[in-house]
Amino acid sequence: MISTSLIQSTAEILMDKAAIEIPQDYLDGLTQAADAEDGDLSSFVLQAMLENYAVAKEDRRAMCGDTGTPRWYVKMGNETQIEGGPIALENALRLATANATVNVPLRPNRVHPLWRTDHNNNVGIGAPEIEYGFEPGGEWLDLTTVHKGGLFGTDYRMLFPSDGIEGIKRFYLDSLVAFGKRGLACQPAIIGIGLGGTKDSCMVLGKRAACLRIVGDRNPDPKIAALEDEFKELGNSIGMGAMGFVGKSMVIDCNIEVGYCHTGGMQMSVHAFCLSSRRAVARIYADGQVEYRTDPDWFTPYQRRESVTWETQESSAKSA
Amino acid sequence: MGNAGKLRKVRLSTTPSAEALADLRLGDIVYLDGLIYTAREGVYMRALEESANIPMELPQQSAANFHCSPAATINSDGTFTLGAVTATASFRFAKWLPEWLAKSGAKLVIGKGGMSSQDYKDYFVPNGAIYLSTVGYGTGALLGRGVKSVKEVHWHEELGIAQAMWVLECENMGPFIVESDSKGNSLFERENAKIAENLHKVYEGTRPATLKRFGETDDRTDEVIG
Repeated sequence: MISTSLIQSTAEILMDKAAIEIPQDYLDGLTQAADAEDGDLSSFVLQAMLENYAVAKEDRRAMCGDTGTPRWYVKMGNETQIEGGPIALENALRLATANATVNVPLRPNRVHPLWRTDHNNNVGIGAPEIEYGFEPGGEWLDLTTVHKGGLFGTDYRMLFPSDGIEGIKRFYLDSLVAFGKRGLACQPAIIGIGLGGTKDSCMVLGKRAACLRIVGDRNPDPKIAALEDEFKELGNSIGMGAMGFVGKSMVIDCNIEVGYCHTGGMQMSVHAFCLSSRRAVARIYADGQVEYRTDPDWFTPYQRRESVTWETQESSAKSA
Repeated sequence: MGNAGKLRKVRLSTTPSAEALADLRLGDIVYLDGLIYTAREGVYMRALEESANIPMELPQQSAANFHCSPAATINSDGTFTLGAVTATASFRFAKWLPEWLAKSGAKLVIGKGGMSSQDYKDYFVPNGAIYLSTVGYGTGALLGRGVKSVKEVHWHEELGIAQAMWVLECENMGPFIVESDSKGNSLFERENAKIAENLHKVYEGTRPATLKRFGETDDRTDEVIG
């Protein structure tokens, strides 16, 4: 049984870490990009960003004044039980979001879409989003918070099998160029691409590819992994760098996730996680132990399973 | 690595002289001293559409309008806790800016992404104003360090923390980049034009989507900011 108070206190620490501490994998990727960048203005921007990350940690202040739209990804092992059940869990995450907004502080970005009502705590109808995943075996809870920026750099398009890789490349480049001008996408960023699924699940896949996979990670399908390499290279060959200045750093990494789609379609979404790639993760065990990390490790073999049932696959592997 | 060191660095008052503004060149790096105020859609609507009295002496107290809302909290004792400060995209405010510049006398508009050179020529230049862009758009902690104190927060009850008019006392606050000069040229547009020369090569081996969209363009010199 995992206690609700431990969930809330851990969640508040995660909110603080996500807003203030740049994840090491992204920092390493950006440092490499800064070394390779040859545009004068782009180089200046990347140096300023590197300095900014250090200042944020030193002063314990948010990296960016726009602290995005905080959301939660909750994953649990099959044996996990939560004190008070799922309602208590969601209460704890909403309380942690509201408290951290005041205590870090974060910008209270979340408002009603029509009436612009602001509760000054990033909580409201559907906010923060809470999404769930499950893993076979284990009694633990993974909490991941992501504070992604909310305005630019993301797009969706219905493609068809006849569009092929050439069509995928076109839409990818269009998204980078359109939102890269003037640096609207706050590049260089981790780019996530969702392919297939349905319109909504395609968006979810692409967003998770950007926010829940780290720099250097590769899709287990070797052909998709090769595409990820190719697209990273392609994005960095546009001739555009940070803030849309002449340069060659647009993409710190490109992560692609796929889902089975309608036989006639090939849905595609593109998502840019910004210069402040805010994510923080903790695993809470039933004995009260908490381990912090920055890799959400969301896309496990179970999340990407193709078979009808997982148990069948396990037992057939054993009998084979 | 590129030579970031060859960019010119300038200290500038938030009530700058006409000479200081005329001296600025595209791509100069600017650090600001003095009072700066935030104003975005909430403030523009209240001041211009609802004709509320602007609660500051403008431009005497400050001629620097920042398109921003800080990551900050108003404490129960009335004091302020301010962490990071970052700009928001300015093109969305274009419809209010001609009237605002004339009314407020702002000489420095600070934000993300700039506006079009047509906007600069149409109403920045006649009002003697220039546009400064924040850097990278994520340097919130660096800019937060440049804020010595929060002087005042106007209209926070009416507009909420994110849309309120924050008055910040700044010292050596930066970096910012000069995006428009006194003639109304745009640094972003200059860079876009250079990048556009290479784009046809990057697009080789791609094809337009089978299913078109209304209003779609294949002209990659276009911008999405309208």
